[in-house]
Amino acid sequence: MSKEITYTVSIYTENNIGLLNRVSAIFQRRHINIESINSSISEIENVTKWTILVIVTEEQMKKVIGQIEKQVEVIRAYYHTDDEIIYQESCLFKMKSDLLFEAPQIQNLIKDHNARLVTVNKDFFVIEKSGRTEEIETLYQTLKTYGISQFTRAGRIAVSKERMEISKLLSLFNA
Amino acid sequence: MANQKNIKTQRLSGAEAIIKCLLAEGVDTIFGYPGGAIMPLYDKLYGYQNELKHVLTRHEQGATHAAQGYARISNKVGVVTATSGPGATNLVTGLADAQIDSTPMVCITGQVASHLLGTDAFQETDIVGISTPVTKWNHQITKAEDIPSVLAKAFYIAKSGRPGPVLIDITKDAQFEEFDFLYKKCNHIRSYVPVPETKSGSVKAAAELINNAKKPLIVWGQGVILGEAEAEFKAVIEKAGIPSAWTILGASALETSHNLNVGMVGMHGNYAPNKLTNECDVLIAVGMRFDDRVTGDLSRYAKQAKVIHFEIDSAEVNKNVKADVAVLGNVKDTLTQLLPELRATNHDAWLQEFKDLYQIELEKVINDDLKPKVAEITMAEVIEQINIQTNAKAAIVSDVGQHQMVACRYAKFKETKSNITSGGLGTMGFALPAAIGAKIAEPNREVVAIIGDGGYQMTIQELGTIFQTKTPVKIVVLNNEFLGMVRQWQQLFFDKRYASTEMVNPNFVKIAEGYSIEAKKVVKREDLAQAVEDMIKSKNAYFLEVMVGKENNVFPMIPTGASVSEIRLE
Ligand SMILES: Cc1ncc(C[n+]2csc(CCOP(=O)(O)OP(=O)(O)O)c2C)c(N)n1
Repeated sequence: MSKEITYTVSIYTENNIGLLNRVSAIFQRRHINIESINSSISEIENVTKWTILVIVTEEQMKKVIGQIEKQVEVIRAYYHTDDEIIYQESCLFKMKSDLLFEAPQIQNLIKDHNARLVTVNKDFFVIEKSGRTEEIETLYQTLKTYGISQFTRAGRIAVSKERMEISKLLSLFNA
Repeated sequence: MANQKNIKTQRLSGAEAIIKCLLAEGVDTIFGYPGGAIMPLYDKLYGYQNELKHVLTRHEQGATHAAQGYARISNKVGVVTATSGPGATNLVTGLADAQIDSTPMVCITGQVASHLLGTDAFQETDIVGISTPVTKWNHQITKAEDIPSVLAKAFYIAKSGRPGPVLIDITKDAQFEEFDFLYKKCNHIRSYVPVPETKSGSVKAAAELINNAKKPLIVWGQGVILGEAEAEFKAVIEKAGIPSAWTILGASALETSHNLNVGMVGMHGNYAPNKLTNECDVLIAVGMRFDDRVTGDLSRYAKQAKVIHFEIDSAEVNKNVKADVAVLGNVKDTLTQLLPELRATNHDAWLQEFKDLYQIELEKVINDDLKPKVAEITMAEVIEQINIQTNAKAAIVSDVGQHQMVACRYAKFKETKSNITSGGLGTMGFALPAAIGAKIAEPNREVVAIIGDGGYQMTIQELGTIFQTKTPVKIVVLNNEFLGMVRQWQQLFFDKRYASTEMVNPNFVKIAEGYSIEAKKVVKREDLAQAVEDMIKSKNAYFLEVMVGKENNVFPMIPTGASVSEIRLE
């Protein structure tokens, strides 16, 4: 049996209410946890792109992709390993403002980690960090020692190194 | 198209537009049940009774199964109408059944008015949400102007590629709203590829494997019937001389008596094709999906064989069994391409192995089923009488349980689309309404429903539909006073602890007579042949109850988790 690894699934769809239900049910039936999900417009007008992160075996991945592509309103689904894509994840940390005085090194940490101070007021400040999974994880572990009041991480977004010839595909379909 | 030019836009209500769409799709019969949210449609149906026949079933589940029976015997789309809320939720079992058995069906549900959506209004249910996993596609319409394009899409999706059920939910205000109607059939959706492209070289690769095979075995499924490829299929097997076995849904695509027809695969299939699945050198799957009831333990399924998979749904390829060669496409096309590539040959010695194993099954199982030495009537004897009396031309609509397996094992088929049963979902209660739908679709065919005493009572109210529509279906209840199939498992795997499987049954004859359906009960073997003859001779609906052995078991059997070659004869 092949081992479970992280795959980034990119799904191009007709923007249709209810389709997300249909697609998430495919993962749910096989007890596959969706680690993150992002929905946005794509490079093509009226075509939505979903980016879904899952940890599965390649064998499972292929079967799931087949079942996703079969849905009427899915134009195309791809899966990629981390090396095959350029991706970013981003997150927000909310922390108590007192920390800026009690632990001024946090300011340096923000710089060193290529993070950004989004806002500061007298009660709290917010740090934003974008990057690869490990970078976010490292910053999280570092800041945790100071006490994080709130943390949230957005779904991964990714573009593939190879071409995903959706426009070409659509022109074929339209022909 | 010329006649399309003549269709000018017409000012119509959404409800009337629905009817115009159905008529444009060639629909002449729908199955359904009215209620508040679908009343505008029913009101308009009143004015179209000559063009569009509405069959009032006694339960919405019955409407779905009737539509399935209608579709399965005719390859046409079955159409169902129901109201919102409970009307809509009652469709779920039929939708799930049609989804797993690839049956083309369009269900139209009424929905509360659009301004009430999401407010927990009276009889509001999120039927689009509920039906998502059991439909090929579904959609809610809140504006009348969307009705033509969405219904056109619904029919196209239901029928094209691997068929399936579609549900369209239409709010009440959209049914009342007037708009300028124009219908255009759908034959293309840009994100949807109903029939995948056949990869160049795949047919040749398949032919090469087949031509070099010493022990090829074909297992065909419903794809042959849905693809209307019966003739192409027969030409292929005859030219290459390949023993061919069928899944339960593939039954009747090739006549039972054909020399190369080696029987049914799967849990209660025939001995030879199951055993020899693990001895063939090339396994050729044609329009089937390697259901677990067919394969038994996958890790010990045909491991010695090269596998060729002819399939229209690419998601089925490599899902359960890894294919060495996948030939995507409609089997009608791919088998046509395959035929000239095949070397004409026969595999007589290999075929003989099937015949030898058949002899074993005959001695150990079939003789006892067909010529029992005990007083009690067996289910197989009844099926055999039906074969005789109908000259094996009937469409057999079976329910779920022991009688289903016996019907599939012993019914003889001469015509395609003659085995209508709930294979994938195993829905008790399927047969009675499905038989009604089948008979309505094909009034010239003899339609015989074979049902257990348990399943019969799940949709027994459809006798009312038969009564009202005077549909001359033949109903055979094989009464063992048990939920037989579950009892068999209790006997074999749960120490004979018959928990809640014994049935205390009502007087079925009286019930049928209450609906003015001629009815008879047979207890003794000597009365059986005459009773079946009387039933088949009758021009009307007919109910026949046959008391059969209470604790008979269906064999052969592949126990759950066992390999196909571990099939048991006793
Ligand atoms: C709706 C539904 N409920 C439960 C089952 C489980 N089940 C499968 S076979 C069976 C027994 C069927 O009994 P009967 O209809 O009398 O037929 P027999 O097996 O005796 O021929 C049951 C309960 C089912 N398949 N469908």
